[in-house]
Amino acid sequence: MDLLRFVTAGSVDDGKSTLIGRLLFDTKTIFKDQLEAVEHTSKVRGEDFVNLALLTDGLRSEREQGITIDVAYRYFATPKRKFILADSPGHVQYTRNMITGASNASLSLILVDARNGVLEQTRRHTFISALLGIKHLIVCINKMDLVDFNQDIYQKIKEDYRAFSSKIDVPDIRFIPLSAKEGDNVVRRSEKMDWYQGPTLLYALENTYVESDYERVNCRFPVQYVLRPMKEAFHDYRGYAGRVAGGIFKKGDEVVVLPSGFKSRIKSIENVGKEVDQVFPPMSASIQLENDIDISRGDMIVKEFSQPNMNQDIDIMLCWFTETPLAIGSKFIIKHTTREVKAILKDVRYKVDINTLHRIQDDKHIGLNDIGRVHLRTSSPLIFDTYKKNKITGSVILIDEKNNYTVAAGMIL
Amino acid sequence: MAYTFSHLDHLESEAIFVIREVAAQFQKPMLLFSGGKDSMLILHLAWKAFYPARIPFPIVHVDTGHNFEETIEYRNRMADKYEVNLVVGYVQDSIDSGKVEEETGINSSRNWLQSVTLLDTIEEHKFDCALGGGRRDEEKARAKERFFSHRNEFGEWDPKNQRPELWNLFNGRKNYGEHFRVFPISNWTEMDVWQYIKREEIDLPSIYFNHKRRVFNRDGVWLAESPFNPMKPTEVAVEKEVRFRTIGDISCTGAIESKVNNIDDIIAEVASFRVTERAGRHDDKRSDTSMEDRKKEGYF
Repeated sequence: MDLLRFVTAGSVDDGKSTLIGRLLFDTKTIFKDQLEAVEHTSKVRGEDFVNLALLTDGLRSEREQGITIDVAYRYFATPKRKFILADSPGHVQYTRNMITGASNASLSLILVDARNGVLEQTRRHTFISALLGIKHLIVCINKMDLVDFNQDIYQKIKEDYRAFSSKIDVPDIRFIPLSAKEGDNVVRRSEKMDWYQGPTLLYALENTYVESDYERVNCRFPVQYVLRPMKEAFHDYRGYAGRVAGGIFKKGDEVVVLPSGFKSRIKSIENVGKEVDQVFPPMSASIQLENDIDISRGDMIVKEFSQPNMNQDIDIMLCWFTETPLAIGSKFIIKHTTREVKAILKDVRYKVDINTLHRIQDDKHIGLNDIGRVHLRTSSPLIFDTYKKNKITGSVILIDEKNNYTVAAGMIL
Repeated sequence: MAYTFSHLDHLESEAIFVIREVAAQFQKPMLLFSGGKDSMLILHLAWKAFYPARIPFPIVHVDTGHNFEETIEYRNRMADKYEVNLVVGYVQDSIDSGKVEEETGINSSRNWLQSVTLLDTIEEHKFDCALGGGRRDEEKARAKERFFSHRNEFGEWDPKNQRPELWNLFNGRKNYGEHFRVFPISNWTEMDVWQYIKREEIDLPSIYFNHKRRVFNRDGVWLAESPFNPMKPTEVAVEKEVRFRTIGDISCTGAIESKVNNIDDIIAEVASFRVTERAGRHDDKRSDTSMEDRKKEGYF
């Protein structure tokens, strides 16, 4: 059985939590005690129907305010697939949470309220998904029950959406009219929308072919930890443990270790306890080399003719996570693969209007939830690919040394 | 060879990455071991993560004194089998030193007191990271938990101010006196855990399987008859064929009626369950936000 990680974005009233509640409920992932707790709370709050949104809002303050403020993860499975869903808040002040939820997703669900059509937030969620390199979008036109399941309304929204999304780089965009509250076209085909011949949402989730999110050509193995057993039986064992970030490594392959540039050959590969002939992403493995060379955490094992970039100057698309605005000249810890170095912010190239994706060249003020292209210089070289080529070797986080908080996420350009 | 990867391989690889990250980022990590299946799973994954080297950290058991005997025997056996050091923190010590007061009466439990003993053990041994078997599918407050979860110098969790966690970049930086809780199997479900236990032939404590036990019913939960579980006059113990679906302190772990005595049947039974694992946990029934409140104070 394979695994699909997806993210849902939607604002406070799009009915996102209700849609997720419906997916869980109709795939029989909701248990009796959970449902009883929700029925009880709905009744106490004087709501007319069982509020499925209460199933996903986990924190006390979220349930009190009826909104989702943090990313929550949900798990469900059908006989075809196992799903990990990052349920993220869609309001502009929670852009960072949506980026967090989207960072590990291969598919994004965008909710649109049929009564309101395409809004600024619809565009924002679409742009963020594209920015994070998500290749599959499903646009759920929700609350069709409130517009009499009218086909013209659905068509109009679809056209409006297509008009603006032609600008972005997402190869697969699909549209499904549904009603999360009533369950139409979520798991069960709607009887009220004969005009729609496409799949239900669950069918689409089960059958979307998610081509590998992993880079299978250029070999990348960031060394995470060095294994030295100190046991009689493994006297000379020196294994480099890590998770393959790109390409296929085979026993006998000639490799280069960066940053030193030393060359060697793979003596053996172990994939969690047993010897194997080859490993590929996202396997955790440990590699032994034929030569005894000095390798430590943060180094990268690659191949000679497909080497990554190695540079102290990088440009990243950055999303800023904290209240204090970004200042030119400020210093950070930059975390990239298994490497941690210092970095200084040299320049803000431009800010991105997250609602239109326009570049604003003359606005260099990056505040909470803002996205912009910046230039960084690091204390020692990073060994990287662009985010577009490889999400693992192309992503960074910035940490504020004063309080250890993760203040930004960045995608290397 | 097809370059495909099953969901269990995925989850295993992710968990091993997280466990190795702990060994690399922290000075003195440890693994919290309750004797339940989830902490056993982490122990097994840690063994795989560092093989052929030994696991580079000890396991810690917070002992309420109110245990199933089988759990203690199992704990010692597993420490030997996986060649790890065992550290035990006793709730009784926290009570004797006056740090906590024992609850009395019906429904009293030492479960809440464990947080204090755990934090004391962390302080005494200067542990800076505790690996645990928490899963996001267990409970709604846990669904919001990070892989790397920061705890302040009082051991408290601040759910509204968690660090964003992106891709596989885990930020374990902290100030002196603070620590982390790390949950390598965050993304596993109960079913994944059982399927993996079967695949890896992992040893489990016998009380996960069918046995005869004297139990009594309280609020729909079957509790074991034991000196640690005072009964109300109206409650009667009866002998039943039971097993446990989770394992904790004897005073708060409910049994289910079941004849199941092997992993395959457990998997079939889990697939057919209509209540969550934690429905049998008396400690979660205290209030709607019981878990969130305990977690804020330092509970696992």
